[in-house]
Amino acid sequence: MTILTILIHLLLLLSMPPLLLGVISKTKARFAGRTGQPVLQLYYDLARLLRKGMVFSTATTWVFRAGPLVTLASILIAGLLVPLGRFNSPIHFTGDLVLFAYLLGLARFFTTSAALDTGSSFEGMGAAREVMFACFSEPAIFLAFLVLARLSTAVTVSLSPMLLGPLTVPLGGLPIASLGLVSAGLFVVLLAENCRIPIDDPNTHLELTMIHEVMVLDHSGPLLGAILYGAAVKLFILSAVVLHIVLPFQTGWFVADWALFVFEMLGVAVAIGIVESVMARLQLRHVPTLLVAASLLCGFGFLLMLR
Amino acid sequence: MVSVLNMLLVVVLLLNLFVLGASRIRALIQAAALQGVLLGLMLVLVHEHLTVRVIIIGVATILIKGSVIPQILFKALREAQIKREIEPIIGFLPSILLGALGTAASIGLAARLPLGAGHAQLLIVPAAFSTIFTGFLLLTLRIKAITQVIGYLVLENGIFIFGLLLIEAVPFLVELGVLLDLFVGVFVISIIIHHINYQFASLDTRRLSTLKE
Repeated sequence: MTILTILIHLLLLLSMPPLLLGVISKTKARFAGRTGQPVLQLYYDLARLLRKGMVFSTATTWVFRAGPLVTLASILIAGLLVPLGRFNSPIHFTGDLVLFAYLLGLARFFTTSAALDTGSSFEGMGAAREVMFACFSEPAIFLAFLVLARLSTAVTVSLSPMLLGPLTVPLGGLPIASLGLVSAGLFVVLLAENCRIPIDDPNTHLELTMIHEVMVLDHSGPLLGAILYGAAVKLFILSAVVLHIVLPFQTGWFVADWALFVFEMLGVAVAIGIVESVMARLQLRHVPTLLVAASLLCGFGFLLMLR
Repeated sequence: MVSVLNMLLVVVLLLNLFVLGASRIRALIQAAALQGVLLGLMLVLVHEHLTVRVIIIGVATILIKGSVIPQILFKALREAQIKREIEPIIGFLPSILLGALGTAASIGLAARLPLGAGHAQLLIVPAAFSTIFTGFLLLTLRIKAITQVIGYLVLENGIFIFGLLLIEAVPFLVELGVLLDLFVGVFVISIIIHHINYQFASLDTRRLSTLKE
């Protein structure tokens, strides 16, 4: 059963992420009254990009080429640490939450380094913004982990028992107030880390206002595909983390639980699509306020747990 | 029941932070009104057995704090023709941080108070302290007269939350009297705002200190 679990974990981790982005854009299209692109569009895009050639500016070095690959690799490894649904992750050990947070950090470091390597002023601006917003969202993630560590009864501090902690507590005994705060905070972090509206607009066409998109302007072909795929996997991982806190439910049957997980993930995608449809993008100078508020929410959640 | 009540109190705490971070006065008024409605709901929830008295006070609270006072303030806002607080004495992000510090301090303070057995797991006392503190912050850190009125409302909401603990002991008339006072207070202040605006074409309260005969 464990080998089967690992196989399903890998299968979902590798194949499902582009579907989430498809669901998000379909939701947005429905809200706007359009038909929208097919749900599987990102798969077609990736296939197309993989067949294309690449263009490199003479100003770039190996950092530019390594950036997308290191980013994708570290995000995929981070995906192996997160438990999906009620099942343990393939790799888990004491302290893996720090590795998880800094694998995402490593991914960000290489994305921004590759952007700086091009020497373009727009890309430098995007890199600066990306790093600044990450500074604000990292405390929120760690405060949320503190709450989960406090809730979990396991001896080891590791992502799998922590994230599965809310499942083990009976529904009546859950500290709903602090879990509610933490899930609100983490949802904001999810939107920020994945460059969604209200923090960043993935569809914007103006370099001045871009954050994530502007950093990858010079990448082309398979490397651009790696970036798009990596972003989708990151969305998948963080959504899985948020799900553990928002909907700690299980049915007890193997197949039903995996189905429930896939269904819930699609639900998160729809929720993100709805948020993107009903909200306008925040002014850049107001973004730190929102992210600090997210950290405060998680901090309050922790304070309430301590009481 | 305790967890539902705590959830509502957490929403009140979040509204406190929102009030400190929002610059649009419409949003401020709506947040204070929503707090008022939540208070009315909590008043009904906190009682084990419902009596006519509790329901009357709850409905009166929701009506006055959630509808009548916001209407008066919206009217004052329309007449004054202002939309946002532009230059607070301390910026919005620092005010949020101050508010968060205040909330953390009130949770710490409430843990040290010798509370009754039934009240210790409730968030009523920390929420009350935090809301009162938020009201003080708004009263001192904002310049426009109308924002200060909202600060006064938030302050009163905090006192009202504290009153939830004592509800059995306080007579009916006293509670209705408090609501009436609040109503008259806001009414008078909205008239004053109208007059300040009429005389000076600005709602900046700093100018009031330089009045001379």
